[in-house]
Amino acid sequence: MNTIFYIAALVALVSTALAISGRNAIHALLFLIVSLLSISVIFFILGAPFIAALEVIVYAGAIMVLFIFVIMMLNVGLEKEMENKWLRPGMWILPSILAFILLIDFLSMLRSMNYREIRGQIILPKQVGISLFTTYLLGVEISAMLLLAGIVGAYHLGRQKKKVIHRFLEKIEETHAEAPDTNL
Amino acid sequence: MFSILRSIWYTFLHAFHKRETILYPEKKPYLPPRYRGRIILSRDPDGEERCVACYLCAAACPVDCISLQATEDELGRRYPEFFRINFSRCIYCGFCEEACPTYAIQLIPDFEMGEFNRQNMVYEKEHLLINGQGKYPGYNFYRNAGVDVGVKGKGEGANEELPVDVRSIMP
Amino acid sequence: MTYLLIIAGVLLIVLTIAAGLIWVERRLLALWQDRYGPNRVGPFGLLQVLADMIKIFFKEDWVPPFADKPVFVLAPGILIATILLTFAVTPFAPGFNVFDSNIAILFFLGNSSLGVYSVVLGGWASNNKYSLLGAMRASAQMLTYEVFMGLSLMGVVMMADSFNLREIVEAQRHVWFVFPQFIGFVIFLIAGIAETHRLPFDIPEAEGELVAGFHSEYSGMKFGMFFVGEYLGVTLISALITLLFFGGWLGPSFLPPIFWFFLKTGIFICFFILLRASLPRPRYDQLMGIGWKVLLPLALLNILVTGAILIYIK
Repeated sequence: MNTIFYIAALVALVSTALAISGRNAIHALLFLIVSLLSISVIFFILGAPFIAALEVIVYAGAIMVLFIFVIMMLNVGLEKEMENKWLRPGMWILPSILAFILLIDFLSMLRSMNYREIRGQIILPKQVGISLFTTYLLGVEISAMLLLAGIVGAYHLGRQKKKVIHRFLEKIEETHAEAPDTNL
Repeated sequence: MFSILRSIWYTFLHAFHKRETILYPEKKPYLPPRYRGRIILSRDPDGEERCVACYLCAAACPVDCISLQATEDELGRRYPEFFRINFSRCIYCGFCEEACPTYAIQLIPDFEMGEFNRQNMVYEKEHLLINGQGKYPGYNFYRNAGVDVGVKGKGEGANEELPVDVRSIMP
Repeated sequence: MTYLLIIAGVLLIVLTIAAGLIWVERRLLALWQDRYGPNRVGPFGLLQVLADMIKIFFKEDWVPPFADKPVFVLAPGILIATILLTFAVTPFAPGFNVFDSNIAILFFLGNSSLGVYSVVLGGWASNNKYSLLGAMRASAQMLTYEVFMGLSLMGVVMMADSFNLREIVEAQRHVWFVFPQFIGFVIFLIAGIAETHRLPFDIPEAEGELVAGFHSEYSGMKFGMFFVGEYLGVTLISALITLLFFGGWLGPSFLPPIFWFFLKTGIFICFFILLRASLPRPRYDQLMGIGWKVLLPLALLNILVTGAILIYIK
C-alpha cells in the first residue's frame, strides 16, 4: 500500500510540475489530467473509492475536457509574448516569497509528525451519501442553490432571440421585439 | 418516435428477403448483346478482314489506346499492317465502334480480361481478329463501295450504276 | 493462478468478440441490406477477420509530419485502455470477473468519461480541420450524453441498493430491471450509442461531412485500434445493458450462466448493428437538443419517481 502511495504521489508531483512548466497548452493539460488521476489513486488507497471515482468522473472526465475543448478552439500562439509581458519580477516576487514561507511551514509540520502506516478504512458510497444528507445537509443545499443560479444564468446567456430569416419580416419583428422583452 | 421503431422493424424484416447479390464467379450475370466489353476485329462473309485501316477509330478514341498502320495488298485493298489496342487504357466507351465505317471494330459482351502483368493487356491484331462476322452478319464493305479490289468489278454493286464514260457525249 | 487465468480469459474473450464483430457487423449489415457480405475467405467468410488483421498489421504506420506526435500516438491507446479497464469490473458469470468492485458503475462512468480524451486528442493532434471539427463534436456529444448516462443508472442503483454489478444482477432474481426502469433503459441505450459514437450517432466521424472526422489522419494499426476500440465499446455497452437491465447471467438453469450472459449480450450487439442499418444520422444540433431538452429531464424525473416509489414501499 505504502509503495503504491509513494508512486502515485511521485507521479502527481512530477506531472504537476510538468503541467506548470509546459510550453504547449494541451500537453500541460494532459499532465494535469495525469496528476488528477494519480490523486484519485491516492484517494483510493486512503479508503475512499467513491471520492476517487468522482475525481475521475468530474475533474478528469468533465472539467478537463471542457478546458481542452476551449484551448482547442482558441488560436494558441501568442502566449510567449503574453508570458513575457505578464511575468515581470514585480508580479512574481511577492507570491513566490509567500509560497516559500508556506513551504517552510509545511516542511516543519512534516518533521513534527510521526510516521504512520496507511491503513485503509474503506468508506463506501452509502456512508458518503448518508453523511451528506444528514450532517452536511446545509452544505448540499447551499451548493444546490449555487448550481441552480448557475443553470439559470447559463440559460439566460444561452437564450437565443427568435431569428427571422426573411428580410421583409426582420424590421417588423424588431419593432415588435422591444415590447415583450421588458416583461421577462 | 413510432416511425423510428417502425423503420427499425422494416429493416429487420429485410433479413428474410431475397438477396440481390449475384455470386459472380459461380453464377454469371446476363449480359445484353450490345454490352460494351472486349473489342474485336471482325471478318466479312468472304473471310477477309473488314478493317480498311482508315484510322477513324484511333481518331475517335478519347484515351488514344488504339494504334494501327495501314498498308495495301497487290489488288489495292487496304488493311492494317498492325493493329494494337492497349486495354489497360481502354475505357470501353464504344466510340471506335460508332466511328467504324465498315463494322470491323466491335465491342462484345465479355469483360473477363484481367491480367496480373500490365504488358499482357496490350492486344495485337492476332488477338483481336476473330473468324466471324460479329454483330453484323452478311455485310461486306467492298460489295457496297465503288472501288475494285477484287471483290467485285466497278459498277457491279447492288445499289450501283455502271461508271459513266466521261469522254462520251451521249447522255 | 486462477486469478491470472481469469484475466487472460476475459482479455481473450473480449478481444475475440471485438475482432469477430468486424465480420459479424459486415455480415449482418449485408443481411439487412439484401446482400451476402464477406463470404469468400474461409467458411462463411469467417477468416475475413484474419485477412483484415494481417492487412492492417502490414500497413505503413504513418504519422503525419504536421501532427503533434506524442499526443497522436497516445490517443488510440487511451481508447483501448479505458474500455478494457472497464471490462475488469464487468462480471461475466458468478465468480468470473477480474475485480469485484464496490464502485463498478462509477468506475465504468469514470472510464467512459476518460474515453472522450482519445477522440478529442486524436482529432486535435491530427492538426487537420476536419479532425478538429470531429473532435469538437465528439467532446460536446460525449460530455452531454455522459451526464444522463450516469443519471439513468441511478434508478437501477437505487433499486439494487448497490454500485456493485454482481449485487445488481442478484437483485434482479425476481424481475429484470428493464420493467420497472424502462425509461432508464431507453435513456441508457441512447446514451450508450452516443457514447460509443456508433451510428446513428456517429456525428464525430460522419464520413459524408467530415471525411471520418477524428481519425482521418490515422492509418495502419493506430486506425485499427480506433476500429477495434469502437467494437469493444459496443461489446461493453451491450454487456452493461445485459447486466443492469436484463438480469445478466440469470436464466433458466439448464444452460450455464455464462451462456445466458453471452446470449443476451449478443442480442444487444445485433440490435446495435440493426440500428446502424436502419436509422439515418441526426443533425448535430438535433442531437444536442434531444440530449439536454428531452433525455436529461426524463432521467431526472426517473430518479425522482423511482426514489419516491421506493420510499413509499419501504
